[in-house]
Amino acid sequence: MTRRVEQVFRDRNLMLWGLLVTLAVVVWLSALITEFDFGDGLASFPRALGWLVANFVPNQRALNNLPSILNRLGETVVVSVMATVLAALLAFGLALLGSRTTRPHPLFTPVVRAIGSLGRNIPVVAWAMIFLLAFGQTFVTGLLALLLESVGFLTRSFLEITDETAAEPVEGLRATGAGWGTVVAQAVVPTLLPSLTSWMLFMLETNIRSATLVGLLTGTGIGFSFDLYYKSLNYPSAALVTICIVVVVLVLEALSNALRKVIL
Amino acid sequence: MTGRIRVRRFGADSIALAATLTVLVGVTIGGFFLLDLKGLNLGQATAKMFHDLGIMFFSPGADHFTLPEMGWGLLFTLALGLLTTVIGAIPALVLGLLAARNLGPAWLSWLLRGFVAFVRAVPTVLWVLIFAVGAGLGSVAAVVGMTFHSFGYLLKAFSESFEELDEGTLEALKATGASWLSIVTQAVIPSSLAAITSWTFLRFEINFTTAVAMGAAAGAGGVGFDLFMASGFYFNLHEVGLLTWGILATAVMLEWGATRLRDTARVRS
Repeated sequence: MTRRVEQVFRDRNLMLWGLLVTLAVVVWLSALITEFDFGDGLASFPRALGWLVANFVPNQRALNNLPSILNRLGETVVVSVMATVLAALLAFGLALLGSRTTRPHPLFTPVVRAIGSLGRNIPVVAWAMIFLLAFGQTFVTGLLALLLESVGFLTRSFLEITDETAAEPVEGLRATGAGWGTVVAQAVVPTLLPSLTSWMLFMLETNIRSATLVGLLTGTGIGFSFDLYYKSLNYPSAALVTICIVVVVLVLEALSNALRKVIL
Repeated sequence: MTGRIRVRRFGADSIALAATLTVLVGVTIGGFFLLDLKGLNLGQATAKMFHDLGIMFFSPGADHFTLPEMGWGLLFTLALGLLTTVIGAIPALVLGLLAARNLGPAWLSWLLRGFVAFVRAVPTVLWVLIFAVGAGLGSVAAVVGMTFHSFGYLLKAFSESFEELDEGTLEALKATGASWLSIVTQAVIPSSLAAITSWTFLRFEINFTTAVAMGAAAGAGGVGFDLFMASGFYFNLHEVGLLTWGILATAVMLEWGATRLRDTARVRS
C-alpha cells in the first residue's frame, strides 16, 4: 500500500519535471527564433517604466488637444457599437439557421460553423489590411473588420446558447402547431434575449480594445490620434489619449458588469 | 393607467434590457448619419471589395517572398506568441495566488486586481509602442509589451480559478497545521491545474493573433509584417491572400487545440 502511494507521487513528480523541461526547451527555442535576449528584456523593463513615469504624462499643452481627442474617441466608440450590433443581428440569423433546434435542414449547421470559424480565425488586423484596399482610410474599413471578427465569435456563442437553452420552449410551442416564424418570435427570442445581450456587451468591450489597433492601421478614430502624437514625439498628448482609452474601457467594463447582474 | 400595469409587469431586468438594446441600436443608426465617408463611393468600393476577396481567397500567390520564408514568418509569430504567454504566466501564477481572496490578504488582493485592471485596459499595441521608446523597436519591445498585457489577463483568470477552490478543503488543511506553501503546492495548484492549462492555452491563441497585429502595427516582424507590406506597400492581393490562408490555417489549429484542452479540463473536473 505504501509503495503504491510512493509510486503515485514519483510518477507525478516525473511528469511535472518532464513538463517543465519541455516547456523550458520550447521557450528557449522561441527566444532563439525571435532573437529575444532575456537579459535585455529584464534590463529594459525598469528603464521603460522609468521613462514612462518621467515623460509619458499629459501636460497643459496636451490638454488643448482634448476636444479633438474626445471627438476621435467618440468616433471609435460609435464604430465599435455599430460593428457589435450589426454583427449580433447577422450572428443571430446564422445561429437560427445552424442550431439543432431551429435549423431548416441539417446541412446548414456545418456551413454556419465554417462561416463563424472563418470570421474569427482570420485576425482583425488581417481583415483591416484586406478592406483597406477597397475602403481606404474611412471608418468603413474598421467597421467591416470588427464586424467580421465579431460575427465569427458571436455565431459560435449564439449557436451554443440556442442549442442549449432554446430546445424546451421551442418543442413546447411546436407541439401546439405553431409555424417557424411564431416559434422564433415567441419562444427563441424571449428565452435568449438576456444571454444574447450579455454576449453583445462582452463583444463590445473586446471591440473597443481592438478598435484602437484597427484605427492605428487604417488611420481612423482614436488609433489615428495616438499614432499622430506618437510619431511626432508629442508624448504628453499620446499619454492623454491612452488615459482617455483606459477611462472608456474601465467605465464600459463596470457598466456592462452592472447590467449583466440585473439582466441575467 | 396602462403605464402602471406595464411597470408592474416588467421588472428591473426587462427595463435594463430594453434600455441597453435601445441605446445600442440608436447609436448604430445614428452612426450611419454622423460618420464621415470622406467622399467614398460606397457602391464602387463594395464592388471592389468583392473583387479583392475573390482574388485573395481563390488565387493566392507570392512575388516578394518564398514559401519557406512565409513558413519562417509564421513560426516567428508563433514563437513570439508562445514566449510572451509563458513569460507572462509565471509571475501571474505567483501573484495570482496572493490576489485570490481566499489565499492572500484582502488589501493585497484589492491592490493587485486594481493594478491589472489598469494594465488590461491599455490596448496591447499601445504597451508595445510605449515600451518601444524605452527599449527600441524590434522584438524586445514586442515581447515586453505583450508579456505585460498577458500577465494582466492571466493574473485575473488564475486568481478567479483559485477562488473556486472548496472552502472546506482549505479549512481542513489549515486545521492540520499545514503551512501556506504546502496548502498551495498540495491542494490549490493540483486542483486548479486543468483551469490554469486551459486559460494559458487560450491566451496563447490570443497572443498568436496579437503577434500578427504587432508585426503589422509595431514593426515586430513575422507574418504580420509581411501582411502589412503586401497590403500597404506592394498592394499585392495575391500575397495578402496567401498570407491570410497561412494565418487562418495556423489559427484554426490553435483553436482546435484550445477546445480540446477545455473539453478535457471539463471532463476531469
